[in-house]
Amino acid sequence: MVINEQPNTDRIWEWMKEVEDPEIPVLNVIDLGVVRKIGYEGETLVVTITPTYSGCPAMKTIEKDIAEVLEEYGVNNYRIETVLSPAWTTDWMSDEGKLKLHQVGIAPPVGHSADKSLLMGKIRTVRCPICGSEDTQMVSQFGSTACKALYKCENCLEPFDHFKCI
Amino acid sequence: MNQDLFKFLLRWADNSLIHGQRLAQWCGHGPALEEDIALTNTALDYIGQATNLYKYAAQIEGQGRDEDQIAFLRDEWEYYNLVLLEQPNGDYAFTMARQFLFATWYHLVLNEMMQSQDAFLSGFAEKSAKELKYHVVHARDWMLRMGDGTEESHSRIQKAVDEVWAYLPEMFEMDELDQRMLQQGIGVDLKKIQTQWRSQIEAVLTEATLRIPADGWGHTGGKNGKHSEHLGYILAEMQYLQRTYPGAKW
Repeated sequence: MVINEQPNTDRIWEWMKEVEDPEIPVLNVIDLGVVRKIGYEGETLVVTITPTYSGCPAMKTIEKDIAEVLEEYGVNNYRIETVLSPAWTTDWMSDEGKLKLHQVGIAPPVGHSADKSLLMGKIRTVRCPICGSEDTQMVSQFGSTACKALYKCENCLEPFDHFKCI
Repeated sequence: MNQDLFKFLLRWADNSLIHGQRLAQWCGHGPALEEDIALTNTALDYIGQATNLYKYAAQIEGQGRDEDQIAFLRDEWEYYNLVLLEQPNGDYAFTMARQFLFATWYHLVLNEMMQSQDAFLSGFAEKSAKELKYHVVHARDWMLRMGDGTEESHSRIQKAVDEVWAYLPEMFEMDELDQRMLQQGIGVDLKKIQTQWRSQIEAVLTEATLRIPADGWGHTGGKNGKHSEHLGYILAEMQYLQRTYPGAKW
């Protein structure tokens, strides 16, 4: 399919929802807040993305997948740019994204990233995504991917991932 | 090319890369599965930060090199990381003492770097500081656990702190390049950070029932390419493939 006129950016935002996060495929890149800007520079479509973590190994795949979706829709004149600033924050995650995480058993980020309590050694209450109990304990600040921490539920005894609030 | 800025960027990038490589050596050897995962996650953050800095350094250099060529095709004397970071991992106490003392410092550095006039560096610092926060919290927990733990863990972590101590003065050295970068509003005042760093680490060491070592002679030279014997071994392993099969692609 070849489209001759420039597709409206609103449509491109919609298309981007087809790009999954390769590590947590229940989320798309819009849920995750990784796509920051979509616009035209003359004839060229520029999609600006930002990494969740500096070393996130999914970024290369995300870039490739975005390119594939654009080409499927007939966009061939495009550039994908990576920016570091402003730094990605879980505050940009959509409510829909948080709900989807919860549904697959990953506790979504809690609270607001500006909260400095972590450095003071305080840990926020994270609700168990399986039984809903608040009686949970952090096992490790680091989990199966850079963006997650490892928790366990003292009530249903299940271990679970928590998407860290940064 | 802005030679000053290029070298300045390499110092930070090389710190991240070499530290990341050392931490990654724990992969499959951590004392517990969670720690294995924690250290490899941490290593990934540092290697990602290094990649971001090398990309920008390549742009400043303007010779058409990319981040991989800068990382894989330089020799020891062209590496500008702190001598501390290339030291072998030792036991878990040494790894954690280094991680704690370095990450606390680097977190403060990044907080200052956010004010840099260089737009890339300030953005880089803002991003990386978020990651460092987790590294500091993780390492601090281990300082408390080992220091205020058993007789054996206490003596091991104390020995590790004593050993790391002699490598720390290099973190606060302000040579002419650092001064010029500071004057241009790009760099960071490392002397200014020293007081803050000292009070943060003293509080944790004291809580961990550890003795604060006396200041004395320090190892130095890394920031200008003079390294201990250990860096060469890291580079030999890391660069083997690109040196043997130049230009090989993944």
